[in-house]
Amino acid sequence: MTAALVPLVVLLPLLGAATTLILGRYRRAQIAVAVGVLTAVTAIAAVLLVMVDTTGPAVVYIGGWEAPWGITLVVDRLSAIMLLISAIMLVVVLVYSVGQGIADQHRETPVSIFHPSYLILSAGVFNAFIAGDLFNLYVGFEILLAASYVLLTLGGTGERIRAGVTYIITSLVSSLFFLSAIALIYGATGTANIAQLSVRLAELPDDVQLILHLLLLIAFGIKAAIFPLSFWLPDSYPTAPAPVTAVFAGLLTKVGVYAIIRTETSIFSDSDLSGLLLVIGGLTMLIGILGALTQADIKRLLSFTLVSHIGYMIFGIGLASVLGLTATIYYVVHHITVQTALFLTTGLIERFGGATSINRLAGLLKASPILAVLFFIPALNLGGIPPFSGFLGKVGLFVAGAQGTAADAPSGPDWLIWVVIGAGAATSLITLYALTRFWNMAFWRRRDELEGYESVLLGSVLEAPEGATVTATRTTPVLMIVATATLVIVTVCLTVFAGPLFDLAGRAAEGLSDPSIYVSLVFPGGVR
Amino acid sequence: MTASLTLVILMAVLFGAGISVMLERSLTRVLIGFLLVGNAVNILIYLMSGAPGLAPILSQGVDESEISDALPQAFVLTAIVINLGITAFMLALIYRSWWLARLGPKGDLVDDEAELAEDAEEAADLIRSSAADDAAIQSIIDASDEEFDEELDEMLEREASARDDEHDDEGAPR
Repeated sequence: MTAALVPLVVLLPLLGAATTLILGRYRRAQIAVAVGVLTAVTAIAAVLLVMVDTTGPAVVYIGGWEAPWGITLVVDRLSAIMLLISAIMLVVVLVYSVGQGIADQHRETPVSIFHPSYLILSAGVFNAFIAGDLFNLYVGFEILLAASYVLLTLGGTGERIRAGVTYIITSLVSSLFFLSAIALIYGATGTANIAQLSVRLAELPDDVQLILHLLLLIAFGIKAAIFPLSFWLPDSYPTAPAPVTAVFAGLLTKVGVYAIIRTETSIFSDSDLSGLLLVIGGLTMLIGILGALTQADIKRLLSFTLVSHIGYMIFGIGLASVLGLTATIYYVVHHITVQTALFLTTGLIERFGGATSINRLAGLLKASPILAVLFFIPALNLGGIPPFSGFLGKVGLFVAGAQGTAADAPSGPDWLIWVVIGAGAATSLITLYALTRFWNMAFWRRRDELEGYESVLLGSVLEAPEGATVTATRTTPVLMIVATATLVIVTVCLTVFAGPLFDLAGRAAEGLSDPSIYVSLVFPGGVR
Repeated sequence: MTASLTLVILMAVLFGAGISVMLERSLTRVLIGFLLVGNAVNILIYLMSGAPGLAPILSQGVDESEISDALPQAFVLTAIVINLGITAFMLALIYRSWWLARLGPKGDLVDDEAELAEDAEEAADLIRSSAADDAAIQSIIDASDEEFDEELDEMLEREASARDDEHDDEGAPR
């Protein structure tokens, strides 16, 4: 029963993409298919999570070819958690984009391409989460990247093409790294199956393991936007349409983080790079957030905070303890929802205020109290104000770090862990400063305090002085606000149900902490 | 594991050439570099399958240890297909960026009607210019005709006077 559901997670979005492509001329049918498919996947993911948590992980051998010959799909607790949270997020953003498309009469988003690309992106993300071998993971990455190239350059304006070129070439290079790593790993071990790799890689000489490990980390590091490899992100994300940016920011970097978690726990369980990860995690936090401080544009500011907060997850992975992984998994879930909610709110700010720069925004609190609430809650959450989930996730990470220093076999020198904890606390405060500065300028400042303030309405009246022919009035549809509000409520739920969620993340982390559990799943009769 | 030295050298050359071309500024060169490096990686995967052997089809009388490893070949095929798709997209992107670089944002606003009007104008220009050309040619012809007429008259006159002279000559001795 559980096993039959697993391939549907990838199959349904792909079939949906084909259907929406055929239905290109019928927008309502397209929307119905896309929303229906993603809702179905959300339901399947929820069922999978419950089944996997109660009866143990599900393993599917495609076509009945057992590992290591066939394609293996594995859903353990970590995969199921990632599937569910990303499916929820994808549905919400889809509803938001439908609302935006209806309001704009499809001016900016050519819907006939948007829905198929969006569904293929979902299929790629889901495939990456359930892949049981490295090559299938690579295929998942390529599916989601190819769809993301289309979504990022949607409409083909000069600005988007410029941003797209940076993004595409960076992604291509990382894919080449990944593929070379797979080739070399196959040459060294004769397999690409993750379970078999975790056994065979441990038998290799240490220096060979180190090289292969670093190659994979570079490939995933570019995708996850870790510090020295993160330069491309703030340049390419902000130019895309608001819903696309929200999906990219919330999800794509987390697929990279997921791949790093798998690399560190299941694949290279024997080769230890924790010290390096701790250093990189700390640098990613600090350098990312310092970039955010200088930004006037909220979209760019949020892109820098996105880079910065990836650092927390890398820190948690670097701790290499069950508690560290637990906090990381919780933090990934928290960050996906909060970052997406903030980018969706940014899309609303753009509609209400007609701009995204603090130099041109003012008086939004009075103009739209709902919008103010929708921005304020995720902003405080990201900044780590108690009692929100951002605070809980960070506390979890710091406690795990403090315990790491007291452990018998620490993952790095004590002072290093304390320094990174300090960097994390500083980053949290600077995030709060950057976001509250935006809040003060855009929401609290009165309009007459801003010199040369231009109302959006004034602009549209100037465009058409006759009054009767104003066609481009940007109303904000209820659907967009409902979608954003739903996601904000989900972030609050992460806080309210933090206890059970932490327990679930803990069980997922325990399953990861011992690679032999994963191996015995895929090879019930033992390897080779 | 054994590997063919030719393939190793080919792979190294492709990697080197591809990376150096990829570092250029022009987008087309970056694409060419990506293709070269992509093929180098494909050869790397193929090299990792070890020594070549029989076709990987198991039937009676085939020794399992004799056949070559089929999995890397499947990897290479998948990678080739992915590269093909990415290349098609990159070509479209390059064409689009070339279009925008040449015409700027204006490029999108050139609609069919404006283009038709432009074509009509060009055609009118052509007709106008050809009419002018025709007139010029006509005047040249006319001018040369006049000259020719003058010359003809002169010649006729000369001939006539010569004939008169002949007559005179003939008449004089008599």
